[in-house]
Amino acid sequence: MVTLQLENLGARYGRHEVLSKATTPPIRGGSLTALVGANAAGKSTLFRRIAGQMRGAGTVRLSGAAADDLRYMPQDTGMNAALTVYESIILALKQGGGGWRLSASELTAVNDALARLGITALAERQLPELSGGQRQVVSIAQTLVTRPRVILMDEPTSALDLYRQYEVLEALQSYAAESGAVMILALHDLNQVMRCSATTIALGEGSILATGPTLEVLTPAMIRRLYGINSRVERCSRGCAMMIVDGPAESKRVAV
Amino acid sequence: MTSITSDTAAPAFAYRGLVTRRIFILALLACLLILSVAVDVSLGPARYSVADVLRTLVSPTDADVQMRVVVWDIRMPMAMLAVTVGASLSLAGAQMQTILANPLASPFTLGLSAAASFGAALAMVLGVALFPAAISLMVPINAFLMAMAAALLIFGLSTLRGVTVETIILLGIALVFSFNAALALLQYFASEQALSAVVFWTMGSLTKATWGKVAVTAVVLALCVPLFARRAWALTAIRLGEARAAAMGVPVRRLRLEALFLVSLLAAVPVSFVGTIGFIGIVGPHVARLLLGEDQRFFLPGAMLAGALILSATSVLSKALLPGAVLPIGIITALVGVPFFAALILTKGRKAW
Repeated sequence: MVTLQLENLGARYGRHEVLSKATTPPIRGGSLTALVGANAAGKSTLFRRIAGQMRGAGTVRLSGAAADDLRYMPQDTGMNAALTVYESIILALKQGGGGWRLSASELTAVNDALARLGITALAERQLPELSGGQRQVVSIAQTLVTRPRVILMDEPTSALDLYRQYEVLEALQSYAAESGAVMILALHDLNQVMRCSATTIALGEGSILATGPTLEVLTPAMIRRLYGINSRVERCSRGCAMMIVDGPAESKRVAV
Repeated sequence: MTSITSDTAAPAFAYRGLVTRRIFILALLACLLILSVAVDVSLGPARYSVADVLRTLVSPTDADVQMRVVVWDIRMPMAMLAVTVGASLSLAGAQMQTILANPLASPFTLGLSAAASFGAALAMVLGVALFPAAISLMVPINAFLMAMAAALLIFGLSTLRGVTVETIILLGIALVFSFNAALALLQYFASEQALSAVVFWTMGSLTKATWGKVAVTAVVLALCVPLFARRAWALTAIRLGEARAAAMGVPVRRLRLEALFLVSLLAAVPVSFVGTIGFIGIVGPHVARLLLGEDQRFFLPGAMLAGALILSATSVLSKALLPGAVLPIGIITALVGVPFFAALILTKGRKAW
């Protein structure tokens, strides 16, 4: 089992401190963890800090996985290279090393990644021909093909239609379950978070406000604190938790 | 009967097909290049039959002296210089476009050619040798030092924090204008004889080819190609975007600096020998990209072959257009290259750039 724990993580751009003392209990792999917070709360910064792309205070503790088992999927989808989908996934696989030749097992890994995300039919298409949503799924396949043990994904479903969102989150859940990987997803749709993630990290006011089981973290009070929105968390007729928005809170949220 | 394959394995078969097709295209380009070089060698102001030229190539000792000199000491160096220079400029353009994520990047658009012209003009107009130890090679050495200085300026500025790819491109364009202005100033004050020398040099020409120049350009290529080849996967990944490449573990910044340094060398050396041949650095890579995609395992040799083929074919044209005369090759590359290039880009409606 892989676990990831943050201890007093800090990050700054020049003089501007984005994060300080971000701390979590050990986050266990095997299920999805959501990272929620307002725009500019520092979600991408936290990911980049964990992924080692930024320096700063504090420690990232990993157990059950090495640092190079970690993959961070950034949000941008600017893939306009003259490559096929298949080639772009090979590329992700080959960054770890290896020569110009492709082994049978490497080709199998690419096939599996395509099949897992339901994009086998896109394999021969050129990247520039793809829609934004298709590119997003391709970049998820690029992330999964190396079979990482820790995955950080920045809004992996932002460009997807309802059906694709469901399908991709299912695929990510099943990957987490079978690999025991820690998977942290920055997500904006809180109903989606309540449906798919066991654990939630709430990011706001320059630090981590809470980490724990999703429904314990995403209380109306926390939602107001994070987004400045009054809401109710209720159960639907089948017992699923869902959030209903009532309107903006009277006291506007404090600018971070 | 169809072969039995599971659906999930099908993409790998399709991919193997794609690889085979690309290897075939590379082989085809190589064959065309050999053909073009053969035609290039058999053409020239002195009229020899193709059979005679081939016989001289195969067994030089049996041919008469004049023929041997024409074929081996004049035509072959020119034909081979077209190959090495075309390959170098095209490869330099390809990697500039890759690391700067810009389809317009090339040794020409980033000011290296303009810098070289200025350096050469310094020697021809003012007799200034930037490297006084070798007066006889004053023109190419001046051109090389200026081109290298321009490249290193771009290189140095791109090591500064906060300098983006766009900044580098803008800086290159600024360099083009500065060096062109400086060159115009030199031309304004130049004697008539020096002026015509400068103008001829800036047109770009292969006629001063020697085996020595062929060797130098070939050695630079032989040094740079393996270094690029070792970084093939990382260079391809950069084209997916900086953030994504970094996420895949590519040290983007370091790779960009290494590549920029190699590219500088690759562009400055040929430019200092042949003058301004502007178009190869843009067209060669685009032809390769359209034919082969951007997987560097195919794009890298493809760009070199395409550049070499285009310059070699242009060399043929420069001799064939006016019987008995060799037109400056820099003129032909643009005149013939532009319509060809426009046709290629407009008919192949791919959206990669």
